[in-house]
Amino acid sequence: MTQSPWLKSLRTPGVALALTLSAGAVQAEDPIKVGILHSLSGTMAISETTLKDTMLMLVEEQNRNGGLLGRQLQPVVVDPASDWPLFAERTRQLLEQDQVDVIFGVWTSVARKSVLPVVEELNGILFYPVQYEGEESSRNIFYTGAAPNQQAIPAVEYLMNEYGIERWVLAGTDYVYPRTTNRILEAFLKAHGVADEDIMINYTPFGHSDWQSIVADIRRFGSQGKPTAVVSTINGDANVPFYRELGNQGISAEDIPVIAFSVGEEELSGMDTRPLVGHLAAWNYFMSVDTPENAAFIDKWHDFIGDTRRVTNDPMEAHYIGFNMWVQAVEAAGTTDVDTVIDALKGVTVPNLTGGMAEMLVNHHITKPVLIGEIQEDGQFLVVWQTDDLIPGDAWSPHLPGSRDIIADWTPPISCGNFNTVTQTCSGQNY
Amino acid sequence: MTVHCNAPPHGRGWHSTARRDSAPGPAGASAPDAVAAASTQPTGLRRSRAHAWFVAGFLLLLGGSLHAEPQILASQPPTTEPAMTTTGFTIVAQADPYASDFFDPSLLDAGAEARETETAEADDDLLDEAAYEALEEAAPDVDLLIQRLPEGNFNDRRAVAEELAATGDPRVPVVLGALLEGRLLATAEDPPRILIRAETGRAGRDALTGEPVDADLIASGRRIPVHNPLRNALRSLIAVSTLSAPDPERRATSLRRLMRDDVSPDLLEYLDDRVELEDDPRVMDLLLTVRALARLNVDDAQVRLESVELLRGSLLSEVRVRLEATANRDDDPEVRAAAREALDSIEARIRFFRFTENLFFGLSAGSVLLLAAIGLAITFGVMGVINMAHGELIMIGAYTTWFIQTLMPGALSTSILLAIPAAFVVAGLVGIAMERGVIQFLYGRPLETLLATFGISLILQQAVRTLFSPLNRPVQSPDWLSGTLQVNPVLALTWSRIYIFIFAIMVFVALLLVMKKTSLGLKVRAVAQNRPMARALGVRTGWVDALTFGLGAGIAGVAGVALSQLTNVGPNMGQAYIIDSFMVVVFGGVGNLWGTFVGALGLGMMTKFLEPHTGAVLAKILVLIFIILFIQRRPRGLFPKKGRAAEA
Repeated sequence: MTQSPWLKSLRTPGVALALTLSAGAVQAEDPIKVGILHSLSGTMAISETTLKDTMLMLVEEQNRNGGLLGRQLQPVVVDPASDWPLFAERTRQLLEQDQVDVIFGVWTSVARKSVLPVVEELNGILFYPVQYEGEESSRNIFYTGAAPNQQAIPAVEYLMNEYGIERWVLAGTDYVYPRTTNRILEAFLKAHGVADEDIMINYTPFGHSDWQSIVADIRRFGSQGKPTAVVSTINGDANVPFYRELGNQGISAEDIPVIAFSVGEEELSGMDTRPLVGHLAAWNYFMSVDTPENAAFIDKWHDFIGDTRRVTNDPMEAHYIGFNMWVQAVEAAGTTDVDTVIDALKGVTVPNLTGGMAEMLVNHHITKPVLIGEIQEDGQFLVVWQTDDLIPGDAWSPHLPGSRDIIADWTPPISCGNFNTVTQTCSGQNY
Repeated sequence: MTVHCNAPPHGRGWHSTARRDSAPGPAGASAPDAVAAASTQPTGLRRSRAHAWFVAGFLLLLGGSLHAEPQILASQPPTTEPAMTTTGFTIVAQADPYASDFFDPSLLDAGAEARETETAEADDDLLDEAAYEALEEAAPDVDLLIQRLPEGNFNDRRAVAEELAATGDPRVPVVLGALLEGRLLATAEDPPRILIRAETGRAGRDALTGEPVDADLIASGRRIPVHNPLRNALRSLIAVSTLSAPDPERRATSLRRLMRDDVSPDLLEYLDDRVELEDDPRVMDLLLTVRALARLNVDDAQVRLESVELLRGSLLSEVRVRLEATANRDDDPEVRAAAREALDSIEARIRFFRFTENLFFGLSAGSVLLLAAIGLAITFGVMGVINMAHGELIMIGAYTTWFIQTLMPGALSTSILLAIPAAFVVAGLVGIAMERGVIQFLYGRPLETLLATFGISLILQQAVRTLFSPLNRPVQSPDWLSGTLQVNPVLALTWSRIYIFIFAIMVFVALLLVMKKTSLGLKVRAVAQNRPMARALGVRTGWVDALTFGLGAGIAGVAGVALSQLTNVGPNMGQAYIIDSFMVVVFGGVGNLWGTFVGALGLGMMTKFLEPHTGAVLAKILVLIFIILFIQRRPRGLFPKKGRAAEA
């Protein structure tokens, strides 16, 4: 250990403070304010703290390179403490009191749903960096994480084609993201001829720790002579006991592979990875991807955080893309005015870290490559498959009966996040 | 078919002549047959895509033939059992090609089995020369193929592996085995050097020549990546060749693989020979099962019927799947009926074992509840303090485990054992500090205690976040704590759960002894029953309070050590247990240790027996509803305190 951990944690707020001070002192003109809305305490701190640090790093770097429009950027960090109503309150505070020009933040879908009406009412811009269930498109939110067609669907297709999987366990934590994703997946699987009895759907409470019976069920389900896989939307904390139980009951990735949508490098760094080796995850970015952009990003991150053992992950890349898109749009627009920037953001392309360009689409989602990785002992992923092309994100899933005819298009003449192409009407509700 | 045994002194392993039309007949009289049969092989092989690599691997590894008379050239020393020969396969088994320690002997039984005898050498000298030359001619292909392994994507790699397996080169099972285990490395040169890292240590060997290479070269090599589908394919490719490995564990693994891959009846004769040779009873069982499975496909209905009878006792899922298929699809009604009957009897046994399994799950869930709640049974049950920071004391115990583990890497078992007393002391001291610092001023004011301890729990959580990090900490399990006790194919008990159950009982008994047999226990009970009277008799109640609270907190810490082996170690882990712990103590009866014991195991059982029917979410809700209703009827829990103390 090179630095005691608590020194490290003191360091980052210090940087923020220093930035704030220097920005105020040097620049005569008002700085551009960048709101950072990530939980630094409570249950979600485990995932969101890193994103706060990522944003501080990006802002710091931008300032070192001369700021934006000749002005310095000033990060405004607030802590919504993993409390959903508090997310809405903090958003209000950022937009009304602090008058930020843009917000980067939010992790869980429930927090996003509580922030959404506030950013719409106060006309802000929110960049949302996490993979999510789709079925939403707000004029004021830019979704830089994966929609289901950029993560879940390609993952299932991969297992079907490469593994010849015929039986599916859809296991998830009991909340909106797994439920919606599994609904989409179930419809997708059935459309591909998978019978009802070959799909097992299982939900567990948050932080579920006793997986014995469920894993035994999965084992039985998988020993009926057909190749079986588990598609896991199990959230954060429940994963460790889940994979441990799989390992203990002797289920290897070769027998029943588990493909996860919520297990990334960051989560793996807090687990004993041995029982996970060979299991899969689908993301749009892996730290192990060998590109010059990625190598540079990882170096920057290590320099900033002062610990070379820290990992990078998919939502960090999403913030990287989102921040660069916003910077580019502001530069193109020559102003930070929200309406002008929202218009300027459409069609913006910036490089992503795995090679290729991410483009902001008219439905406020972006194009992404999809990568499938196998977990290695060192907590990194070995990329075993990736899409040839970039996949444009679908705001509304074509696999669900309710949203099949709905599109989101924030350019005139439609300018609607929930537009029914059959009835040619905008539902008026933008999410 | 005659057998030809040759044990060449410097041959390069056993191999087939299948791909080598130029090979001089290596085997005396029948050699022309062998070559003729074998040379027709490749076309026949490609006929059936469905058999794919399994058959290809099997056939060509052994150099036999499905369609023509199977024939495999072997250099079996005359001293070994001739049983292999009855297969009609002639197996060329030779001494270790390069160096005795290069070939993992278990991968290649031939090397091990073929103890070179002088007679063999003398007899087969000529033959061997010929075989060796044949290999020499074919070898460059194999070398090139092996060098192509690092290229391209996984599917390319699989194709190369299949081609390799088809060559029957003796190095192939070793190379593919190393590839499977991630020990096959390639250097950056062009063409790359292919290296095999030893299973332990940093040394290794060149895959082509078998010469040892130094650790630096090994370190410079990049692992040739494999993924699950490729691993599965590789296992199938080398399954038949490891069927005769000296290590029974490997033989068993390869048999299980054969079982999965739908045993081809063409393997039957070879299996018959293995049955003759097998000496390990466990492997024998598997072998007989595999043979019976293969026999389900033969034409003779009587044989099929006998196989069904033999499979009746098996609980393996592969067997069930095959019996199900036989029961539905066999041509002979008698066989169908027998298969159905066998399935029914298997199902009945499985039901029994599933019940046993549920019982075990329930006991183990109960033991976790017991561990989590037992500390609370002291602080809340005996002292009456509503301690909302109880979960955080568990967390402190778990972090202590992590901390000790990072202090002594490499000594997993010791660190876990050491963590038990350490966690007790650390959590106990935190507990005493809490009691002296806050709780002692709030006795008799339960609402304020609740709020204060809730505040403490938040402070402790955030302190851990700030001190360490909000990220989870990885705590490793020693080997004896992972894996399963496989009672039979449908009943496997996980070791970690078994140990935690035993551990929970031990902690409970220890606590019981402390409470009943020590002077501290006596004083604790005295203070709990009648504080003024105890004080009047000279008990320092303040001191006893602190120690009692410390004891409860310490036990919570010990629970943290156990839980670190099951679940996350992170700042939030305590919150997952606080509600369950209170539930158990209230259900069991406040102030009664046995109540906590029965309550914990009872609730664990109830949850686990509900879960298969209702799902985890509903099971949890139902248990909560049950407790609410139960408390309505018996507000003091299962085992209420009786007498005057109850009124206090």
